[in-house]
Amino acid sequence: MTHSTGSKAEQYNYDIVKKFAIMALFWGLAGMTAGTYIASELAWPFLNFDIAQITFGRLRPLHTSGVIFGFGGNALFATSFYIVQRTCHVRLWGGKLLPELTFWGWNIAIALGGIGYVMGITQAREYAEPEWYVDILITLVWVIYFLIYTMTLVKRKVQHIYVANWFFMSFILATALLHIFNNLAVPVSFTGTKSYSLFAGAQDAMTQWWYGHNAVGFFLTAAFLGMMYYFVPKQAGRPVYSYRLSIVHFWALSFMYMWVGTHHLHWTAIPDWTSSLAAAFSILLLMPSWGGMINGIMTLSGAWDKLRSDPIMMFLITSLSFYGMSTFEGPMMALKSVNALSHYTDWTVGHVHSGALGWVAMVSFGSFYHMIPKVWNTTLYSVTLVYVHFFLATIGILLYITALWVSGIGQGLMLRAFDEYGNLKYTFIDTVLFMHGPLVARAIAGMFFVTGLLVMIYNITKTISQANKPVKSNATAQA
Amino acid sequence: MEGIVDWFMDLSNSKSVGLVIFFVTFVAIIIYVYGSKKRSERLETYRDIPFLDDEDNLKASFKKGEKE
Repeated sequence: MTHSTGSKAEQYNYDIVKKFAIMALFWGLAGMTAGTYIASELAWPFLNFDIAQITFGRLRPLHTSGVIFGFGGNALFATSFYIVQRTCHVRLWGGKLLPELTFWGWNIAIALGGIGYVMGITQAREYAEPEWYVDILITLVWVIYFLIYTMTLVKRKVQHIYVANWFFMSFILATALLHIFNNLAVPVSFTGTKSYSLFAGAQDAMTQWWYGHNAVGFFLTAAFLGMMYYFVPKQAGRPVYSYRLSIVHFWALSFMYMWVGTHHLHWTAIPDWTSSLAAAFSILLLMPSWGGMINGIMTLSGAWDKLRSDPIMMFLITSLSFYGMSTFEGPMMALKSVNALSHYTDWTVGHVHSGALGWVAMVSFGSFYHMIPKVWNTTLYSVTLVYVHFFLATIGILLYITALWVSGIGQGLMLRAFDEYGNLKYTFIDTVLFMHGPLVARAIAGMFFVTGLLVMIYNITKTISQANKPVKSNATAQA
Repeated sequence: MEGIVDWFMDLSNSKSVGLVIFFVTFVAIIIYVYGSKKRSERLETYRDIPFLDDEDNLKASFKKGEKE
């Protein structure tokens, strides 16, 4: 057993975990600030200042890439490297070099992509906007990530591979598959940035949303469930409610997610059967999603008092509640009849954010508050600030979702309304005027959420700085 | 028999073939997970893995399924 001698910081590669964790917070702030700014542009258009580089169209991919791949991606690298070491009882495979390559490669890719967006360089594929040269870099990083993770599992000293690692492995494999096929493209030249996709027309749209929804399924869901299956039991101080349910959860989710992407393309030129198939599988997905949510929440069974006394637990359980809510709302919106109203409206944007802020960001915050003091071998600087962050974030999310329900459903109803002669009852600008109030509320909601993140960054900065003081770090040493 | 094989080999039936394969595999997993009391008990012991590397639980971790 390697962990029976010396401290865990020496046995495990925590250096790479720390780097990814810090970069997650950096990109989180950058991406969420960009998001709040473009939300403000929609509410107060003068904020465009007639500068092309900061208009909605260019900053929007900066926001999505910043939060999904910058914040989410770095958080997943950090927590997966932490979890695989601690559940396998071995140091991360690949020495110092390979994990470092994933760190620099991943973050350089995000930076290159982001610079490109602002300059107008994009392949215009949602959540896969970077051009071919960034895609190749990401592929290289991902192959190394796969090797590190797999070899660490191979070298494990615990007989069974804990279920959190299954979720991370499915995330790594599925993301590789999605990234490669969605980004098949021919560069115009090797010295230029422009490329053309191998796909065209309806086939292109289906490839795009096969990628897009499975990015949600395997990047933003499966991987964060891996995070959940480790940190919820650890923070609750009790094992997961049912290990067998976690196995069924894993396989059901893995089987079903790949079929549902086409629900993003209802009422378009795609074959009708693909649309119906996607709707049917979207409804079926409700079962594993809620099974997983119940498994996570019931882990707290017998220790519900922690929901009052432990703000980290509040983050984790609230994230599971939002996971349950958005995985109910999603299948409902995938029904063709509901989609006819919701598609092309702000309802979709609100739904995405209930998952992204409520589930992904909240479970990441909770996990970070648990993990960061451990890897820096210290205690949190302020638990009170965790409470403050929790309430700022929760108020922000609730305001965001409700504002966009009002905006989106109202917008959908207005766009579908007819007068007594069968003409459209409202003009497009009527809907814009109606949406102005909710869009202001949405921008304010974003400000709440970013303020919460700033509180977290302050708290974590102070936590790390107190850990770096030699005397204090000895005094507060913990496992 | 040959007709059944031909049906499976026909690319236009791939969706149905896929459904059969996935459904059978999933049912097999359910039976594997819940079909045996002894296996269920073994699977449930894996819940403790996140706690095995806590200093206090190191001794217990050896008994609960570590390789070494």
